[in-house]
Amino acid sequence: MKYKSQKVAYWFFALSILLLSLQIIYGFIMAFAHMGYDVLHQITPFNTARAVHTNLLVVWLLSGFMGAAYYIIPEESENELVSVKLAYLQLVTLALVGVVAIIGYHFNYWEGRKFLEIPRPLDWLVVINVLTFLGIILVTLFKGKKQTTTSLVLTMGLVFAALLYLPGMVWFDNQTMDSFFRWWVVHLWVEGVWELIMGGILAFLLIKITGVDREVIEKWLYVIVGLTFISGILGTGHHYYYIGVGKIWLIVGGIFSALEPLAFLAMALFAISMYRKGEKKHPNKIALSWTLGTAIVSFVGAGLLGMAHTLPGVNMYTHGTLVTAMHGHLAFWGAYGMIVLAFISYSMPNLTGRKYYDSNAGLLAFWLSNIGMVGMTVAFGVAGVAQVYLERKVGLDFGDVQKEIQVHFAVLAVCATFFTTGIGFYIYEFIKYGTPNDEALEKIAS
Amino acid sequence: MLSKSQAKIFFLGGTLVTFAIFLGLSWNSLSNEVPKKTHEENLSPQVISGKHIWEKNNCMGCHTIMGEGAYYAPELTKVYERRGESYIKAALMSKTPWAPRGRKMVAYAMSEQEANDVVAFLKWIGEVDLNGFPPKPDLKK
Ligand code: HEM
Ligand code: HEM
Ligand SMILES: [Fe+2]
Repeated sequence: MKYKSQKVAYWFFALSILLLSLQIIYGFIMAFAHMGYDVLHQITPFNTARAVHTNLLVVWLLSGFMGAAYYIIPEESENELVSVKLAYLQLVTLALVGVVAIIGYHFNYWEGRKFLEIPRPLDWLVVINVLTFLGIILVTLFKGKKQTTTSLVLTMGLVFAALLYLPGMVWFDNQTMDSFFRWWVVHLWVEGVWELIMGGILAFLLIKITGVDREVIEKWLYVIVGLTFISGILGTGHHYYYIGVGKIWLIVGGIFSALEPLAFLAMALFAISMYRKGEKKHPNKIALSWTLGTAIVSFVGAGLLGMAHTLPGVNMYTHGTLVTAMHGHLAFWGAYGMIVLAFISYSMPNLTGRKYYDSNAGLLAFWLSNIGMVGMTVAFGVAGVAQVYLERKVGLDFGDVQKEIQVHFAVLAVCATFFTTGIGFYIYEFIKYGTPNDEALEKIAS
Repeated sequence: MLSKSQAKIFFLGGTLVTFAIFLGLSWNSLSNEVPKKTHEENLSPQVISGKHIWEKNNCMGCHTIMGEGAYYAPELTKVYERRGESYIKAALMSKTPWAPRGRKMVAYAMSEQEANDVVAFLKWIGEVDLNGFPPKPDLKK
């Protein structure tokens, strides 16, 4: 750590990990409900569990991104954060809005729009919160000595993510319009601007870990984010096939979304080749595993499994089935969960000054969580394909099909236990590092 | 070889061009296609009220509609056609959890009028032209 204010990042990471743990609990509630044990129906019916599960996911990822930005921006721009107090205030209010939203979901206080369940009055608090965050980041960056490509791409991703939240706040009477603009948030986030955030963080990590020349890394960063937007913006069309708009989207969405995996492929090749090229052998092997891991797993989860159902002819049958859940899990985990965990693993020794590099617990955390998540993906996939076949091809009733595929949710729960054990090791490591302190300043060169 | 400034132009140029096309196509869809395909003239106050109730209770947290939502309960786009009005109203007005195959739905105990509004909304949804979704089961004997 080079700047005192970078310590703020730690608390965003702590919040992030706390929310991840809660997310997992609600995942288990849903897995059991799918198995036929909806025992918490009275207090946490399925729709509550689901809204909590997915919203916690989004908030822990955002908290991780914010922490990463608070760490990266001072170091890249060579400037202390302009206001540490405001950053802490922003952290506390973020946590508060999250808690209020989640409690509200248990009392029917929400808006039933997938992923955007936060009620509009609370949306305004989110907006104020994010504006505070962006204010701190932008002022720090532009008052700093340098504006590197890495920090600009990261910041651009964060600013666009905030702007794209707005279309999700408009009210429409027509369900088709509602859905149309819901995708401006959901799709343009995960297959657009969040990839800029991921790319920026990944570039920073590769510069630090591999020691490859910044110019080379940043050149490829531009290529990657270029591929992202060129394919991803018009790729939004893959959500417009069957929602009440014209057939032109079958063509446009089909072609451009089929190009989206290229951005993820480029990201994977980029990380691997920079690692090969790098002369510096950074001692933080755990961070290296997560960094290469995120690049590879995101290609599998988002690129390959996204491709599997993005063509209109396939999507006609898989649209809105467990096949979507299969892809959603590995994509979110590989691209955004893992990049956050990679960054935390990289920054902890620097923030706390304790160099527990390659510990066994850290490696176990990496392998168990990934093996568990791949297993879960397979379980969802098998259940999903069976569902598509029996329900959409053979024409059996929904409920009868669900009985047939119940067993796959037992497999899901077993794999989820592996995953959870891995996360348990990760949390153990996180706690073992202790809290950040000024003695860690400059102690570590990179 | 590609230089960094060329890479930057690729990023900025590509983004601007595709974004402009995206806005154009969106404009066309929203102003020309949506009113016809969704039969906007049928969006009565009752249908809109039904949509409010649908959102207020997060029905999408278990069901899908137009293929969007959760995978715990049946797809409802064509439910009006499939089950009819009285079946749907019975599920919505039930004071104990509706559970035809063991899997429980939240007991909403809606009033007659609320249930009618939701039915109107589902009827309207069922008439939207979704380019052929949901597919007809082609292996059904
Ligand atoms: C990191 C990137 C990605 C993440 C986090 C992600 C996540 C998700 C999630 C959560 C959904 C369900 C959304 C909803 O129903 O509200 C979804 C749907 C979908 N995704 Fe992705 N995705 C990513 C990348 C991709 C890519 C690159 C492709 C295509 C090549 C793709 C293709 C699709 C398709 C076709 C659907 C619609 C499924 C349906 O019709 O039910 N995704 N994605
Ligand atoms: C113990 C671990 C977990 C379990 C048992 C679990 C289980 C589930 C279940 C049963 C659903 C609902 C599917 C439905 O609607 O029927 C779901 C949704 C979802 N979960 Fe998880 N989950 C777990 C962890 C995670 C993690 C770590 C992530 C992200 C990194 C994640 C991301 C999602 C997403 C994006 C959805 C929505 C998918 C969609 O709508 O297509 N889950 N999860
Ligand atoms: Fe998408």
